[in-house]
Amino acid sequence: MIDRTIVVSVAGSLFLLLLVMELVRRRQLREQYALAWLISGVILFVLSFSRTLLALVAQALGIFYPPSALFLIGFFLFLLVLLHFSVIISRQANEIKDLVQEVALLQWRVGQCEKRVDDAAEAEQRDAT
Amino acid sequence: MSPERPRVLVIIPAYNEATAISLVVADVQRVLTDADVLVVDDGSRDATAQRAEEAGAAVLRLPCNLGIGGAVQSGYKFALRRGYDIVGRVDGDGQHRPEDLAMLVAHVTEGKADLAIGSRYLEDLGYRGAWTRRAGVVLFSGLLTCLLRQRITDATSGLRAISSDLAELYTVELPTDYPEIEGTIGAKRAGFRIGEYPATMQERQGGTSSITPLRSVYYVVKVLLAVAAAYLRPSNRRREEQ
Repeated sequence: MIDRTIVVSVAGSLFLLLLVMELVRRRQLREQYALAWLISGVILFVLSFSRTLLALVAQALGIFYPPSALFLIGFFLFLLVLLHFSVIISRQANEIKDLVQEVALLQWRVGQCEKRVDDAAEAEQRDAT
Repeated sequence: MSPERPRVLVIIPAYNEATAISLVVADVQRVLTDADVLVVDDGSRDATAQRAEEAGAAVLRLPCNLGIGGAVQSGYKFALRRGYDIVGRVDGDGQHRPEDLAMLVAHVTEGKADLAIGSRYLEDLGYRGAWTRRAGVVLFSGLLTCLLRQRITDATSGLRAISSDLAELYTVELPTDYPEIEGTIGAKRAGFRIGEYPATMQERQGGTSSITPLRSVYYVVKVLLAVAAAYLRPSNRRREEQ
C-alpha cells in the first residue's frame, strides 16, 4: 500500500513542474527566472518519489518522520527562490532608477533642441519680413 | 582646481514644492549670480516643474519619484555631462540660506575640501529642531565622528557643495533615499576631504516635510545597515593620496 504522503507530494511537485513549464511555454515566465522554480520542483519531486532517498536524507538531518524532511527542504528551497527574486528586484530597481534619470536628462536636452529650432525658425521669419 | 572661475551648478531637489520653489530659485540666483540653477523635480504631482522653469531654472523632470538621493544623483549626472566644476545642493523648501551655500562653494573652490557640509550645530546659531530629530542627529553625528575619525556635527544636513571629482563618484554610488550619511562615508572612504562649516536654517517656506515617525525609524535602521554593509565591502575606488 502506497503511503498517502507520497501520492500528495509527488502530485504536488509534479503540478509545480508542469505549471512552470506551461508558463514558460506561454512566454509568461522567462527561462532565466523559471530555473529556480524548476530546480526546486525537481528536488522535491525526486525526494517525494523515492522513499528510500527521503529516509536517508531525513536520517542525515536527524528527522524521525521522513515526510517532515520534505517540508523542511521545501521550505528552505522556497526561501532561496524568494531571496533570488529579491536580488533580481534590487537589480531591476537600480536599472529603473538609471533609466528614469536618463529619461529626465534626455528630456531636458530635447527641450533645449526644440528651443533652438524654434528660435532659428523665428529668426528666419524675422529676416524674411 | 580648474580655471580662475569655476563653473558652479546648484542642484535643488524638489518634491511637491510648488509654493516655495520659485522663491528658492530666485534666492539662489540672487546670491550665487555666476551659478546655474538646476531643479530636479522628483516626480511631483503639483506644478513644481512649471514654477521652477518660470523662475528661470533648468529643470529635470523625473518621470517617477526616486527619492531624494535619486533626484540629487540625476543632478550630479547633469553636472558631469555639462562640465561643471563644483556642485552645490540646497533643499527645495527654502530651509537653507543661499549665502551659506555660497560660503561652502567658496571653500570647495579654494580647495579646502572636496565635500563641504553646512552644519546647524557647529556653532550655536539658534537652530532648535524636534527632540526626536536632535536625537537622530546626535546618533548619526556620533557614529560618523567615530567612523571617519573627524568631528561631524550635522550628519544629515542636505546643504552641501562638492567637487566634480566627488560628483563623479556619486553618479555611480549614492542611495536613492536618505543619501547624506552614506554619501559622506563613501566620500571619506574614497579619499576625499570633508569639511564642515557653520550654517543657519530657516523655517520651511512651504510644502510639508517628508519625515514621519515611521519613516524616521526606517531611516535609522536602513542607514545603520547601509553603513555596516559599506564597511564590509572593500572601497575599490580609493583615491591615491595627493
